[in-house]
Amino acid sequence: MSQLELKRNKVLEARFVADEDVLKHISDNGGVKVRKDRAQLALNIKRFVKKLENISDDDEAQEILEEQNYVAVLGACAEDSLRNGSSAGGGEIYSFQTPKRSGKMAELASELAQTPGKNVTFESSQYPEKPASTPQSNKKYSASNKAQLKSKKNEFVSTTPYRLRKRLSAPSLRSDSESDYSASCSEEEEEEDKDHKETNDVILDQKTPSKTRAAPASKKTPAKKLKEEMTSNLVEEYFEAHSSSKVLTSDRTLQKLQKRKLDQQTLLVLLNKAPPAFTAELKELNQQHESLFSKWMLQLHLGFSIVLYGLGSKRDLLEKFRTSLLQDSVHLVVNGFFPSITVRSILNSITEEVLDHVGTFRSPLDQLDLIMKRFKEDSSLELYLLIHNLDSKMLRGDKSQQILAQLASLPNIHLIASIDHINAPLMWDQAKQSLYNWLWYETTTFSPYLEETSYENSLLVQQSGSLALSSLTHVLHSLTPNARGIFRLLAQYHLENKDNPSYPGLSFQDFYQRCREAFFVNSDLTLRAQLTEFRDHKLIRTKRGTDGVEYLLIPVDNGTLTDFLEKEDEDM
Amino acid sequence: MSTSSVSKGCFVFKPSSKKRRISSPTADYFSQGKNDSEDSGLRFASCQLLWKQINSETEKIQEELNKQLFDNLIRFLRQSHSEFQTKTTEWMCRMKSSEIPTAALVLGVNVTDHDVTFKSLSEVLQDNVTPYVVSLQAKECPGIKHLLQKLMGQLMDCYVDADSSEEEECVNISQKKIRCSMASLSKWYESVTKKTGSETPSKKRTSSSRHWQSPPVVVIFKDMESFTTKVLQDFIVISSQHIHEFPLVLIFGIATSPMIIHRLLPHSVSSLLCIELFQSLSCKEHLATVIDKLLLTTQFPFKLSEKVLQVLINIFLYHDFSVQNFIKGFQLSIVEHFYSQPLSVLCCQLLEAKKRVNSLSHNQCENIRSLPSFRRYVESQVSEKQIALLTEDSSLKEVTQTLLEDLHIYHENYFTVLRCLHVFTTSLPKYPLGKQIRELHCACLGKSVWETEEYESAIQLLRMLAKDELVAILQKCAEIFISPSGKQFSNTVEKLEEFLARFQNLEAETNEVQDVSVSSQKELQKKTDLYHLQKTLLALKESKRSKKLTKFEMLRFEVVDFIDSLVRSYLAPAEMQTLNEVVYFNTANTLREHLNAAPRIALHTALNNPYCYLKNQTLKSDVGCISNTAPDICIVYKLHLECGRLINLVDWLEAFSTVVTAVEGTDPDAVATDQVDEIIHARFIRAVSELELLGFIKPSKQKTDHVARLTWGGC
Repeated sequence: MSQLELKRNKVLEARFVADEDVLKHISDNGGVKVRKDRAQLALNIKRFVKKLENISDDDEAQEILEEQNYVAVLGACAEDSLRNGSSAGGGEIYSFQTPKRSGKMAELASELAQTPGKNVTFESSQYPEKPASTPQSNKKYSASNKAQLKSKKNEFVSTTPYRLRKRLSAPSLRSDSESDYSASCSEEEEEEDKDHKETNDVILDQKTPSKTRAAPASKKTPAKKLKEEMTSNLVEEYFEAHSSSKVLTSDRTLQKLQKRKLDQQTLLVLLNKAPPAFTAELKELNQQHESLFSKWMLQLHLGFSIVLYGLGSKRDLLEKFRTSLLQDSVHLVVNGFFPSITVRSILNSITEEVLDHVGTFRSPLDQLDLIMKRFKEDSSLELYLLIHNLDSKMLRGDKSQQILAQLASLPNIHLIASIDHINAPLMWDQAKQSLYNWLWYETTTFSPYLEETSYENSLLVQQSGSLALSSLTHVLHSLTPNARGIFRLLAQYHLENKDNPSYPGLSFQDFYQRCREAFFVNSDLTLRAQLTEFRDHKLIRTKRGTDGVEYLLIPVDNGTLTDFLEKEDEDM
Repeated sequence: MSTSSVSKGCFVFKPSSKKRRISSPTADYFSQGKNDSEDSGLRFASCQLLWKQINSETEKIQEELNKQLFDNLIRFLRQSHSEFQTKTTEWMCRMKSSEIPTAALVLGVNVTDHDVTFKSLSEVLQDNVTPYVVSLQAKECPGIKHLLQKLMGQLMDCYVDADSSEEEECVNISQKKIRCSMASLSKWYESVTKKTGSETPSKKRTSSSRHWQSPPVVVIFKDMESFTTKVLQDFIVISSQHIHEFPLVLIFGIATSPMIIHRLLPHSVSSLLCIELFQSLSCKEHLATVIDKLLLTTQFPFKLSEKVLQVLINIFLYHDFSVQNFIKGFQLSIVEHFYSQPLSVLCCQLLEAKKRVNSLSHNQCENIRSLPSFRRYVESQVSEKQIALLTEDSSLKEVTQTLLEDLHIYHENYFTVLRCLHVFTTSLPKYPLGKQIRELHCACLGKSVWETEEYESAIQLLRMLAKDELVAILQKCAEIFISPSGKQFSNTVEKLEEFLARFQNLEAETNEVQDVSVSSQKELQKKTDLYHLQKTLLALKESKRSKKLTKFEMLRFEVVDFIDSLVRSYLAPAEMQTLNEVVYFNTANTLREHLNAAPRIALHTALNNPYCYLKNQTLKSDVGCISNTAPDICIVYKLHLECGRLINLVDWLEAFSTVVTAVEGTDPDAVATDQVDEIIHARFIRAVSELELLGFIKPSKQKTDHVARLTWGGC
């Protein structure tokens, strides 16, 4: 059913008006419309759907109205998400501004055409795409004051250099949004936007003059014509759009952004500065969940296990449960999100600390046998097992889950766990589920996953760099100047070859030669000794090439390495 | 002690031993946290009692259902065993070909139920055939070595159990010392049988009387399909070499089809087995029995409403085929009912309930008054009685007692008539009211069944039944009405018997009818005049129209009308009964939420429409779209939906910061822009790592500063 609904939404998404407006706009300006073939494809599909549904022109007015609502609030999410469940698409949620650039465009395009090489990956689509958020927020203001609006717009746009236009999305799927925007706006607004865009462009061009952008400007086909063309081969076009392995995204990197990298500490400090939102509502949500505590206890005692799901960290909730109800009983808290947690460590804590058992085990299965035996023998023994993130990377394996499920199946072990991953329930087959004997509770808390994401393994791209850098400097500072020189040599060579995708690393012989020339070592044995040191600190990696030659690599990303070298230079 | 640390992930909390509670406080939790904790102790006690009864009943059902299968298996085992005992020539020749007697036990796909079956099977075998029963699971035996170890360990344990504990130590030592091989196993077996042969008659008379001199060793492979082929093959080949000294019998638990044996084992190996097939009862029949014994009976006061039953049956039919899970759901509904409904204190046997009515508190009386069904009842009374019911607790209690009794009687009648109707409807083509009695039950519970179209068509079809069918059905019905407490239905039984008698008498009458028609035929042949012919034909037609209903048809109509009247008077929907809330559990929603949850949908809703959870007006939007003041993660999620397989973090960050700054309306020139940007940056990082934790994205090496999308056609 959700499928159907989605379809309907998609249909609403395809806007005739838009095309006409755009067309008119283009013809008025006589400018060149930048468009991408791929975008056209997708557009075609959308329109085709629309055509099929046979929505009459009368609906247009209605649609325009809807559009305006839609843009009126950020990210108009057009469906009732409860119903729509898992299939709510993103297409209708954020739309992008139509490219409305006239003279500037050609200029830019020619300029960009001169910078070769990088153009391949992106075609023009990234051009003037812009999330609807901008006009939307503008519109908010415009209700009160039009004059203010313009200045406002320019102001905040200027802080975000080029950001929106550059925002690349899956071009094949989303480009219909080009038409979305114009459909929703009156002519006047479009004019405004155009002006604003142009200023924006100027600023951006100044700021990032060397930025590589591709702009194979293709003439925009009139919308009507498109519609006629595309009716056939819908399926083929779909697969064509999806088959390409090439991914079109911009090439910008965080390095170029000149953003200071954040480590965990500063991140926390900064986050504390950010004002918390919806405190009252969150509190209410939490209270709802907290009222279930005694019910959970009851059900745990009746032999069920409880699993909590829903958006938001459930750690605080479980902590509260623990502190309020479990103070007087033996319980084990497992942080599943802890990067080096293993089932073994869980079993060890049970045998060593709960059961006071001394001795080792041949395998986790033996350990489990002992635990099960002990718990079966002694019915007064009772253990509450709280597992935060039962679905974490370390615990989601089949064997781990099997062991945990068997633990949970013991009548005197009461398990309460939380899961977050969207595919977490796939971990369990029927057998495991019946061992766990789950009762599901939805506890959406919306609280941030601070603890869960605080470890290095989470995707804080910015973090890992800083940590690697500090470890680099620390290790190297403890080494002899010669050793530092050796590493420097390797790092420099590494950076020289950073643009070479097939760079295999520096072969040991070459490296030895270089080091000898720089008077760092006098025999390959000393070099090997140094390399062992590096390898122990994970500063280098060795790899055997196809020809059997040993190659040396630095497993640190180039940006960090550059920073490191710069720092070294300063120190010297 | 805090539970966050960078060096460990497990934290054990042990309260000092004197603080530790010893008694089970389950009842406390039952009363805690619920604002109207009326009679919670009593409620909990009756809940536990009820569940205990139901649980033992289910076990009994299971036992009965398995009895046939187990008997067959035991017979098979004894047979192979007795041959070994007497060393008949047949056995000898089988041994020459080294065949291992094997029972293939086809159990069906409801794997979760198998454990119980195997448990009772090994108990039964240990009681009746042999002390040496070993059950192995695939996950315990990744290699042949592990398998032999397990086998040996369990056999030794069996032996220790069977024998006295004084030898435990030496056995334990030997277990470690002995290398696990079939040779050592057969040596062990030899020594054990010798010992038991000489010792047990004095020591263990009971066991030796049941077990034979040299009992076979039964090895159960619980989940044959999941064993690796290599392990199975090796084990079979090795043990077939030792079958002379070591009387092994295998039992394969099979979930799919017996063909799997031949698929897993090559011919050379499967020819070493002498396979006999055993089929267990299908899970559907099992469920039907469970429903019949647990739900369609007045034995247990607790009842499920239509929707709840539907949820449980749907979970069974569409998810797991597991009777265990069905019973679990049943247990959950019992707990929920007693936990959430204060009046469930009256949900017990009738006599007890009447006693409890007398001791109800004033609050509980108010609870009764607020029941919708009771209000309906009050409204139907005369005004004086209404006042009495609403103001005086004593008269309320009196009425409650009679109402409870009525409810009880209603149930007794309901189930009898339901079965009777089921007999009728199962004989119909296409089963308009369902094939299973549970479907009929659901139809009757929910609404007045006689108003439904299906019932209408069923009655139509009934009116066309042939005589012998109808008679058979009526006989069955009469049995149903007689068998239980037949006091209310003595009239009905009489009536049915009368019908049966009349059907008997019909024979003669039909003969007469035939005579009449024959005579008219003769008349037809006599007259040849066209005018007269026409006249007689017309007359015949006339008579046919009026006499369309033969005696039989009349009787049939009468029977059907009688059944219809029974249905109308006894199969009224439960919701119409006064005080049905006391015994019916009807919050199907909670049941579904807890048993068959949809975590993805919850997550999606929270991300797409935070207003559902955070009831804040700023988040509310008319078209169901998301506000830009939404939590960071929602905004980041929305933005990422725009992207293809790969997402550029920089673009993402910028889009995010645009959205966020637009909301805050900060004046970028005035504030130290860096500061703001830093915070936004931090918020972005947090939101992105949260999305990673949720499994929407993952880091990608394909391009610098890119992440890969993982959902909805992302990659």
